[in-house]
Amino acid sequence: MVSAPDRHSDAGQHMGGGIDAGHGFPYGLPFEGSLNDGPGFAGSDAPAEADLYRCVHCGLCLSACPTYVETRLETESPRGRIALMKAVHEGRTGISDRLVSHWELCLQCRACEAVCPSGVPYGRLMEHTRAQVQDNGLQSPELGRLSRLFLKAALPHNRRLRLAGHLMRLYQRSGVQGLVRKSRLLGLMPGDLAAMEAQMPVMGRQFFEPGSQVFPARGEKQMTVGLLSGCVMPLMQGDAMRAAVRVLQRNGCDVAVPAGQGCCGALNLHAGDLELGRQLAKRNIDAFKQAGVDVVVTASAGCGSSMKEYGDLLRDDPEYAEAAHEFARNTRDITEFLAGLPLDPPSAQLPWRVTMQDPCHLAHAQRITEAPRQVLRSIPGLELVEMAESSLCCGSAGFYSLIQRDMSRRLQRRKIGNATATGAEVIASANPGCISQLEQGLQNAGAEAQVMHVVEILDAAYQAEG
Amino acid sequence: MNGNELLASIRAVVGDDYVIAHREDLLVYEYDGSVDRSMPRAVVLPADTDQVSRVMALAYEAGVTVVGRGSGTGLSGGAITPPEGLQIAFPRMDRILDVDTVNRTALVEPGVINLDLDNHVRRFGMRYAPDPSSQRACSLGGNIAENAGGPHCLAYGATTNHVIGMEVVLEDGEIVHLGSMAREAAGYDLRGAFVGSEGTFGITTKILVRLLPLPETVRTFLGIFPDIDSACTAVSAVIGHGIVPAALEMIDALSIKAVQNVTDAGYPNDAGAVLLIELEGLNEEVDEVSGEVEAALWDTGAADVRVAEDDAERERLWVGRKTAFGAFGTIAPNYYLVDGVVPRTRLTQMLRKVTEVSERYGITIANVFHAGDGNLHPCMLFDAREPGVMESAMAAAAELMEECALLGGTLSGEHGIGLEKKEFMPLVYTDADMEAMQRVREAFAPKNRLNPGKIFPDGSYWRPSAHPAAYTAGMYI
Ligand code: SF4
Ligand code: SF4
Repeated sequence: MVSAPDRHSDAGQHMGGGIDAGHGFPYGLPFEGSLNDGPGFAGSDAPAEADLYRCVHCGLCLSACPTYVETRLETESPRGRIALMKAVHEGRTGISDRLVSHWELCLQCRACEAVCPSGVPYGRLMEHTRAQVQDNGLQSPELGRLSRLFLKAALPHNRRLRLAGHLMRLYQRSGVQGLVRKSRLLGLMPGDLAAMEAQMPVMGRQFFEPGSQVFPARGEKQMTVGLLSGCVMPLMQGDAMRAAVRVLQRNGCDVAVPAGQGCCGALNLHAGDLELGRQLAKRNIDAFKQAGVDVVVTASAGCGSSMKEYGDLLRDDPEYAEAAHEFARNTRDITEFLAGLPLDPPSAQLPWRVTMQDPCHLAHAQRITEAPRQVLRSIPGLELVEMAESSLCCGSAGFYSLIQRDMSRRLQRRKIGNATATGAEVIASANPGCISQLEQGLQNAGAEAQVMHVVEILDAAYQAEG
Repeated sequence: MNGNELLASIRAVVGDDYVIAHREDLLVYEYDGSVDRSMPRAVVLPADTDQVSRVMALAYEAGVTVVGRGSGTGLSGGAITPPEGLQIAFPRMDRILDVDTVNRTALVEPGVINLDLDNHVRRFGMRYAPDPSSQRACSLGGNIAENAGGPHCLAYGATTNHVIGMEVVLEDGEIVHLGSMAREAAGYDLRGAFVGSEGTFGITTKILVRLLPLPETVRTFLGIFPDIDSACTAVSAVIGHGIVPAALEMIDALSIKAVQNVTDAGYPNDAGAVLLIELEGLNEEVDEVSGEVEAALWDTGAADVRVAEDDAERERLWVGRKTAFGAFGTIAPNYYLVDGVVPRTRLTQMLRKVTEVSERYGITIANVFHAGDGNLHPCMLFDAREPGVMESAMAAAAELMEECALLGGTLSGEHGIGLEKKEFMPLVYTDADMEAMQRVREAFAPKNRLNPGKIFPDGSYWRPSAHPAAYTAGMYI
């Protein structure tokens, strides 16, 4: 009988190592930097032990991770990030700037989660980790500034957002932007601001506003659908919102876009602000409940993914737990919703060559890849071509593109390269963040193609019927 | 040269970004896919052969141990680096340098991912046959070190059958070529000795692999059985008909449950066991053999036999098989996998032993394995937080390995010995055998600077240190 090896022996004892053991590093070489004594994880929002140790460090997620694929460094991999969480959990190290930098380079695209054979809830782990980082005030200064500015002061407040949107549109459309860009003014701004100017989303021609109005179904009414207007989408992509309304109407839905709703809280949650995320979730649950809709549909994959997780988020809230669960169950991405209907196919030809870019929060978080393709394939004359790495993150990832500019740019270039290699004239997507990111990427590359939401393409086909 | 000077010289070779020496960063280089854990002193990520050679020469001069690491998916602790050692990791050396469609070979760097190579050459109508379950992540350099297998090795053989030649850096930094970088090689087959040497002979920097033409037809069967005994009989019947399927895998009831918990692979939840059988070849050939396979399955008591209708269904069946180990996480928080081989005719006997051991130790054991070549993977599922359960699991594992040896089998089908099983080596080898092996190693690495402390029992029972919490809540592969 061979006895069990002693699993708790100290590493220092290893020197037996074979018949003629090799020697170690020359004596006296200190590690560079010791494991720090920063704060550990604490409180009820800490990453759960059961979630952490579901990771069996098999490594099967590595090749799916955009930041690993780009850097080839284990520190920038899902498995590495979880190992760092475990190390903090085990008290082997505290939270330090270095650990935070590896966590913050994560796009929270959840590609790792979709391929993990062990079902590690990576998205939840990372949200809780970020919450701990935020509680300890250890976010990178860039992220800290942005979250104060946007996540707390702007996104949750519809009025302020619209005001900012108007100002940005004025800035962009009045020609001032052109002047500023030509002048040396940008060079004088601090790095962050100049970069934010460059990344400023292009505001739509016309905003889209929620209200008490219900858009009636065309033909026989099948059900009442609530459409999420959310925060920035009605400002940036009002056209896509209007297309969504028309497409739903055409397919027998009364469409309500109730006032009182607002930002879904996804970005707050991703950044680790669970509390504000919970408040925003409650606001939406109330608004849609009052509107009395059968399902809640969203044209933003990022929002849909967090709305589908409201149940989990408010699990411990005695007042909202049940309602949140129900809300989550009744939430659909618009492509998922349309693909689940007997969709009224357009009769006109739309002879476009289209390639589908899978938004992370659709493909990985909601595991929906077939629905948008099914919708596209229902359009006569449309040619759907697949790009390489269609579900590798485009680098948008909420505010990521403002904070991790280098990585975001690298992924943007990679995505545009893959998309344009198909020769498609239209890149289809289903998430506002991706759409902006792709538009900017095309612009930077001087490429011809156009970016459209899947429902805008379907809407164009309906419009073409005349 | 002191340590700081050594690190500085290594940085001068590969660049600052690719020498990792801060302890907080090293936390992610202290594990691989196995249970073992140890923090290296530094990790280097070289970009090419020249850098590898120079780094190895520097380490050699300084008297430092070197351990190679591919993707860190190994299951026997092969990439675990002793606390004073230098780890050389290969994710940056991931270029497919050449594909020769006429001679059907590919020249690749060691960091190329197994599946990436396979996908890359498919467009030329070829494939790379060895397909370990971790093929989505594991690297070819690591495959060579462990002589990795996979379901399709039943028909095509393990990695060693697919490697024609290698460029290798020896412990002192010298660059040599083994086998042939063209097709034929004369003299001793040093290449054959090198494959499976678990990183103790040298570090591979370029690999010439053999590619196979894609088969005209692939047909995948799912044989559904009421119990594991009848499934074993079916395995014997299929092989007894002189059929060599491309793959022949067994998945028992517990594993079916685990897999179906995570993904719908299309395995029936109430089956006692399923067999996954794949035939490949010319259309006529596959048609003919299909009939025989189906007959053999029905004859041995199959409750149902299904054929995958299309690629998507085939893919689904395989995803289930390849994610089974990860899926055990849904049954128990810890698992410990035994990789043993018995002659195929002894499968039933061995599985009975597994059941008996499982009952006697009170430990759940799941079985999912390469039935076609008798490569078992009994997998103990347990919760290490229960006092004493670890010890029972290890003792049960030892008994199973002893039984494998007794039945004329061996210790490792495809995962290597590493740290994981070195103390079990005397079950199958005499002292003289092991000494002879060490002498071969000495011919390659006289100073034993490469991956020491692995493969051979040294009584140290070296387990790298780990925080107890990792063991009370972690998993063992
Ligand atoms: S997250 Fe999942 S896939 Fe990645 S290493 Fe952990 S268990 Fe494996
Ligand atoms: S969420 Fe995306 S970026 Fe983050 S670890 Fe997972 S795959 Fe990598």
